[in-house]
Amino acid sequence: MTKTFRLDGREIPFKEGQTIIEAAAAAGVYIPHLCHHPEFKPHGSCKLCTVNIGGRLGAACTNHAAEGMAVESETEALNADRRALTQMLFVEGNHFCPSCEKSGNCQLQAVAYHLGMMTPHFPHFYPARDIDASHPDVLLERNRCILCELCVRASRDADGKNVFGIGGRGIRARLIVNSASGRLAETNMSVTDRAAEVCPTGAIIRKRHGFTVPIGQRLYDHHDIATQLPLPARRGEGRGEG
Amino acid sequence: MTKLKVATCSLAGCFGCHMSLLDIDEKLFDLVQAVEFDRSPITDIKHCGPCDIGIVEGGVCNAENVHVLKEFRRNCRILVAIGACAITGGIPAMRNNVDLWDCFQEVYHYGIGLENGQIPNDPELPLPFDKVHPINEVVRIDYFLPGCPPPADAIWKFLTDLAAGREPKLDYDMLHYD
Amino acid sequence: MPDYDVCDLPGIVARWGNDPANLVQILRNVQESCGTIPSDTLDRLARLLDVPRVRIEATASFYSFFHAESHGAYEILFSDNVIDRMAGKAELKQYLCERLWLEPRKLSEDGLVFVDDTADIGLADQAPAMLINGFAVPSLDKSRIDLVAELIRARKPLAEWPPMLFEIPDNIRKAGPLAGEPFTPGSALKAALARGAEATLAEVDASNLRGRGGAGFKTATKWASCRKAEGEAHYVVCNADEGEPGTFKDRVLLNSYADLVFEGMAVCARVIGARQGFLYLRGEYRNLLEKLEGVLARRRAAGLLGKNILGEPGFDFDIEIHLGAGAYICGEESALIESLEGKPGKPRNRPPYPDTCGYRNQPTVVNNVETFACAARIAERGGAGFAALGTPQSAGSKLISVSGDCRRPGIYEVPFGVSVRQILIDCGAEDAHAVQVSGPSGTCISFREFDRRIAFEDLPTAGAFMVFSRSRDMFEVARNFTHFFAHESCGFCTPCRVGTSLLRNTMDKLAAGKGSAYDMNEMKHIMHILRGMAHCGLGHTAANPVVQTMEKFPDAYEKRLKRLDFEPAFDLDGALATARLITGRDDEWAHLADD
Repeated sequence: MTKTFRLDGREIPFKEGQTIIEAAAAAGVYIPHLCHHPEFKPHGSCKLCTVNIGGRLGAACTNHAAEGMAVESETEALNADRRALTQMLFVEGNHFCPSCEKSGNCQLQAVAYHLGMMTPHFPHFYPARDIDASHPDVLLERNRCILCELCVRASRDADGKNVFGIGGRGIRARLIVNSASGRLAETNMSVTDRAAEVCPTGAIIRKRHGFTVPIGQRLYDHHDIATQLPLPARRGEGRGEG
Repeated sequence: MTKLKVATCSLAGCFGCHMSLLDIDEKLFDLVQAVEFDRSPITDIKHCGPCDIGIVEGGVCNAENVHVLKEFRRNCRILVAIGACAITGGIPAMRNNVDLWDCFQEVYHYGIGLENGQIPNDPELPLPFDKVHPINEVVRIDYFLPGCPPPADAIWKFLTDLAAGREPKLDYDMLHYD
Repeated sequence: MPDYDVCDLPGIVARWGNDPANLVQILRNVQESCGTIPSDTLDRLARLLDVPRVRIEATASFYSFFHAESHGAYEILFSDNVIDRMAGKAELKQYLCERLWLEPRKLSEDGLVFVDDTADIGLADQAPAMLINGFAVPSLDKSRIDLVAELIRARKPLAEWPPMLFEIPDNIRKAGPLAGEPFTPGSALKAALARGAEATLAEVDASNLRGRGGAGFKTATKWASCRKAEGEAHYVVCNADEGEPGTFKDRVLLNSYADLVFEGMAVCARVIGARQGFLYLRGEYRNLLEKLEGVLARRRAAGLLGKNILGEPGFDFDIEIHLGAGAYICGEESALIESLEGKPGKPRNRPPYPDTCGYRNQPTVVNNVETFACAARIAERGGAGFAALGTPQSAGSKLISVSGDCRRPGIYEVPFGVSVRQILIDCGAEDAHAVQVSGPSGTCISFREFDRRIAFEDLPTAGAFMVFSRSRDMFEVARNFTHFFAHESCGFCTPCRVGTSLLRNTMDKLAAGKGSAYDMNEMKHIMHILRGMAHCGLGHTAANPVVQTMEKFPDAYEKRLKRLDFEPAFDLDGALATARLITGRDDEWAHLADD
C-alpha cells in the first residue's frame, strides 16, 4: 500500500526516504524553492520552501515525508514570508535584471514573479562584489550570487572537481573558487561542467550565449515557474542559455 | 465626473517609463478623459500641486532628486514607484560599486575629448550621492510597478485599477523586472 | 616577536595525524606559530592534507580568529559585550590606541600592534577584558593599560609579561552541591563501574538531569538513544564553546573542576560505549589549554583515562582537546561537530540528531560542560539526591554567571526554582532595573518580573545573568546584541544572514536619531521571519533582545524616534559629503536639511 501525507488538504503519495518537496514535485505540486535541485543533496539554506508541518515550520527540502503528516504550503502567510525572503535575497546582492543575461531564465526572478514581489522592499546593501571574467568560457558574476551552493554541490558531487566553495561568514559570505589566485581561469572548471549550468541566477553563465534566445521568449517570461516541468526533464531542450 | 489629478516625473531614469506610458496608444484618449496632468514632462508644469496620484520614474542619485521626490510625496495622495530604477536603483545604481571620485575623474578629467578638464562647483548642478538609491529609501511609497520599462498594458491596468479604487493587480505577463 | 619562519607546516599536520578533520586545529597552530595564515599556506596545506584548497579557504575564512594579513607581534582584542562597554571598554580602548599611536583595526605603522574588538570573551565578572595574542587579560583599568602599553613598547615577548596580568580568579560567591563539595577523581567512575552501564544510565534518568546549555533536553534520553544507536564508533563531546555573552561558568568549572567534567565524560563513555571524547574549548579560553592538558595527563597516569580504565578490561577512553577559533555559532551542537570535523561551523540539517549521526556521522553525545559535571556527581552519589533539589521539572542546582550592575559579580550556584529577586539580593544589585537572563538569545526581564524563577519551566538559562541598573539604556543593550548576532551569523540561511544585518542597521539608524515608527514595524517583521524561518537557534532568537526591550522598555525606543511616519533609510546629507569634498562645494544646494 502506498503511503501518503496531506499537503494543503490533498493526499500526496510518497516513497520511504522522500522529502516533502520531492514527493510534492512527483505529484505535480510546486513548492517555491531556490537552493533545492532534485539531482543534488538537499541543502536547506534558502528557506523558501518552508512549510508548516503539523504546526511546526520546516524546510520541505530537508524534512522527510511521513505517513499521515499534515503539511501546509500554499497559505497567504507562508507566501508572504517567502516573499520577504526573496526580497532579502534581492537586497543583499546587486540584482539589476535589465542588464542581466539571465533575465527571463532566472529562478530568483521567476520565484519573485510567482510570489508577486513588486519591490525588494528592504534597504539595499549594494555590496562591493567581484566579477571574474578570467575564464575563457564561463563568467562568474558574484553580484548575482545568492549563496545557494548548487554550483558547490554540482562541482563536488557531479563533476568531481571542487571548483567552488563558500568563504567568509554572515553577510560577508561569498562564493570562492579553488585556486590560489582566486580566479576561475586557474581552476579546472570547464564549460561542460554541471556546475556551469546549475546556477539558478546569473552568477555563473556561459560566455557568448547570453542572448541566444531573446528577452521576451524565455522560460519564465510568460509562464509561472510553478507550471514548469521539473528541471531534469528540461535539460538541453533549447532553453535560452544565460 | 471629476478628473483624477496625476503628476509624473523622472529622477535618475531614462524616461523609458514615460515612453511606455505614452505607448498605451489609442487608450491615451481614454486616459485624458479621466485624468488631468499636473507637473509632468508632458505638461511642462514645474511644480506640482495637490494630486491624487504621483508617478515617479527613476532612482535617487542627487540632491535635486530628493527635493523633487519630497515635493511629490507632500502633494500626492498616492505615490507610485514606476520602473526598475525607482524600485531598485536600476542601471544608474550600477555605479554604486564605483568610487565617486573615480566617476568624477572619468567624467571631467579623462573623458574623451576633454582637455584641462575641471570638476565644476556650480551650485546649479545637482550634487550626486555616494550611491544611487531606490525612491522607497527616501520617502514612503504606496505602490510599485516594476519593469524596464513596465509594459504599456501594465501601466494602463495599474492606473485604471487605482483610478477605480481597486487594489492594482497584474497578470503574470505584465509583471517583469527587465 | 614571533619568528615568521618558524611555521613548520608538515610538523603541524603530522601532529594532527595528517587528518583534514583536524583542520581547525591545524590552522590554529599555524596561526599561533606564524602570526597569520598566508594564502600560500592554504595551498601547501591542501597538498599536505590532500583536500581541495577551496575547502581549506572556506574554513580559514569562516573563523574570526584566523586572518591572512599580519596583525603584528601583538594582537589585542577588546571584549565587546555590553557589560564591557558599561565598565568603560570604549574609553580604555581609545586610551590604549592613543598610548600606542595607532588606530583600531589598522596595523600600527611599525607593524607591531593591532587593536580591534571581539565578541564577549567569558569574563563579564571581570570586565572590561581583552585578549592579547589569544590570552585573556581581565579587569582592565588605566594602570593595567599603561602597563600593557609599556610592555609592548619595550617589545617584551608575551611569555615574559607579569603573570598577574593573566590571573583570572574564579569569583565563586556561592557554592552548592556541584561546586561546593570535594570530589575525589575516580570516585564517580568507580561507582559507575560497580553499578554497571545500564544502572548508571538509570541513575542519570532518575536524577532528571537536563542539559545545562540552556535547551534543557533530558540527558538520560540523549545518552540512551546514543547507546542504542548503531555505528562504527561512538563519541562523547563536551561543549565548552561558552560563547553566550555574559556566561562564564564553564570557564570556572574547567579552571577548578576539570576532573569533575572529564569524569562525567568518562561516565558517559562507559554508558554509550565510546572510546574517544573531545573537549571543544572556545578559542577565547586558550589560557586554560595547558592546565587542562595537565589534568588529562594526570588522569591518564592515574588510570582514569586511556586503556583499561581503573583496570576494567576493554574500558578504553581518551579525551582530546580541540580549540575553537572565534565563532559563537559553534556552541550549536551540530555546528560544533562540523568544526570538530575541520569545516566551517554551520549547523546541520536536523534530523538526524547527533545522538544517532554526529561526529564523522557516528552516534555522538554532545553535552554542556556543566551537564557532564552534574553527571559525574550523579554517578558518584546516585540520582535521587540530585532530583531532590530544585523543582520537579528542573532538578538540581544551576551555576549562574552574574555580571553587570551589582556589587558582587561572579558565580552563584543556586537550586533551580530560585527567584531572580533572590539572586539580585545575593549579588548586591539593589538598583536593578532589568536582567538579561541566559544572554542575548535568552530573556530580558524588567523589574516588574523579578519574582520569576530560574527554571526550565519559567526562565531557562545557560547561566548568564546580566544586571542593568536604572541608569542603563536598554536600547543600547539591545543594539549591542544585534551587532553581536549579525557578526556571529554563519551566513548559511537567508533569513539569518540578511535579517540579522538588517536588524543591526535599523538599530543603528535609530541610535543615530533617524528612526521612525516604520522602522519599528520593520524590525517586528524581520523578527517574525527570523523566528519562523531561520535554520537554527541563533537565527530564531536573534531578534529577541530587540523585541523584548521594545515591549518592556518602550520609552527607550520612543525617545529616539524622529517622527512617526517615515525616515529615509540612509543619511541624506551624509551621502552628499563625498561629492562636497570632491567639488569643494558647501552652498545651500550642496546640503539636504532635515525637514
